[in-house]
Amino acid sequence: MIGIVNYGAGNIFSLTAALERLDIPFGMVNTAAELDLYTHIIIPGVGHAGTAMNKLLHTGLVAPIKALTKPVLGICVGMQLLTQHSEEGDADLMNIVPIKTRLFNKDQGIKIPHMGWNNIEHQNNSLFEGVENGTQFYFVHSYFIEYNATFDIATANYGMPFSAAVKKDNFYGVQFHPEKSGIAGERLLKNFSNLKQ
Amino acid sequence: MLSKRIIPCLDVKDGRTVKGVNFVDLKDAGDPVELAWQYAQQGADELVFLDITATHERRGTTIEMVKAVARQLNIPFTIGGGITSVADAEALLNSGADKISINSAAVRNPQLIEDLAKAFGVQFVVLAVDTKLVNGRNMVHLNGGRLITELETEDWILKAESLGAGEILLTSMDHDGTKNGFDCSLLDKVARSINIPVIASGGAGTMAHFTDVFLQTGVDAALAASVFHFGEIPIPDLKEELKKHNIPVRS
Repeated sequence: MIGIVNYGAGNIFSLTAALERLDIPFGMVNTAAELDLYTHIIIPGVGHAGTAMNKLLHTGLVAPIKALTKPVLGICVGMQLLTQHSEEGDADLMNIVPIKTRLFNKDQGIKIPHMGWNNIEHQNNSLFEGVENGTQFYFVHSYFIEYNATFDIATANYGMPFSAAVKKDNFYGVQFHPEKSGIAGERLLKNFSNLKQ
Repeated sequence: MLSKRIIPCLDVKDGRTVKGVNFVDLKDAGDPVELAWQYAQQGADELVFLDITATHERRGTTIEMVKAVARQLNIPFTIGGGITSVADAEALLNSGADKISINSAAVRNPQLIEDLAKAFGVQFVVLAVDTKLVNGRNMVHLNGGRLITELETEDWILKAESLGAGEILLTSMDHDGTKNGFDCSLLDKVARSINIPVIASGGAGTMAHFTDVFLQTGVDAALAASVFHFGEIPIPDLKEELKKHNIPVRS
């Protein structure tokens, strides 16, 4: 059963709706003790990374999350929270994955936010099982996670290559919104729920 | 590479989709959930719902519809019509809408754009602009083109971007309903003058019109209603046609 970290950063209606469509049971995590109730944990997030981190700190869940050994999936800003630092609000984040979240550079002739469907190249991690390379996912973000070969499990390109998905041990993060990414996104959520402890 | 988006637009009244929709296998053409799901199956990249009779009293009906759509739909959608406050927008966001579109409320109160962007992020705020050529100048119009404002379209869009609009939905009232093609010259000027995505709207009649708007302008998406609703342009065929012209689309 999936536990969704409920820390008030953005709306989770679409995420819970997707899990319901997929018949994946879920519940909400408000306290450290509730982390123990679930086999898998999702950290959602929309909006400002610095603000989201402050909200997460306020819940007291940062240390217990960092100590988890079960599969954890950060989505969008939830993924960025796994990194060391974000240029958004010059914020120190959880530093589970020691890489940085940076602002897209409009001097590269790109529009910001990066909004819409972009294709990804993945490294055959189980999270992407059954997802063809080159499949498009739905992205909405102005800040991105720098590409780092050690942690990257899927890459996208927008002015430059960046990490569409990362992994370190049991911690996974996806920059796109699987709950809004059609059939491929639903497959990814299903794959996550099937990851072994 | 970022795909160019194809966006069907659905008019909604009292929580039901209106305007003739002519899908063979549709049980209830007025059911927004079934219609939305059909479009997602066909490969639409995003949907826009326009609540054409939105009033304060009927807000609850719209919210229930948004929730019902969000429960079933696995692609993003925007809802517009009658949003005049941060509270209106928040209720829609919490019901599963990905973006809201504002039009006349922003003209009357430009501060609304900034307030919405601050509260929910620029990615949530679509500014819809209806434009019409008057004495050689593109002027912003309200009430479906019936009411002219003092705002020049390009100036208004630049101002909206600086206030925090995340995307522009630009409808040419001169082209809308003609099926003679999009207003490529204005769309290109606008798309080049700002650094946020632009959705082209008004005038789609053939697949070539979509090819033209993507090849001749810097827009990011194209929106249409009747050509999709009446099955005149099936979305899978349109995507194939765009691909032939090397326009990046989602497969």
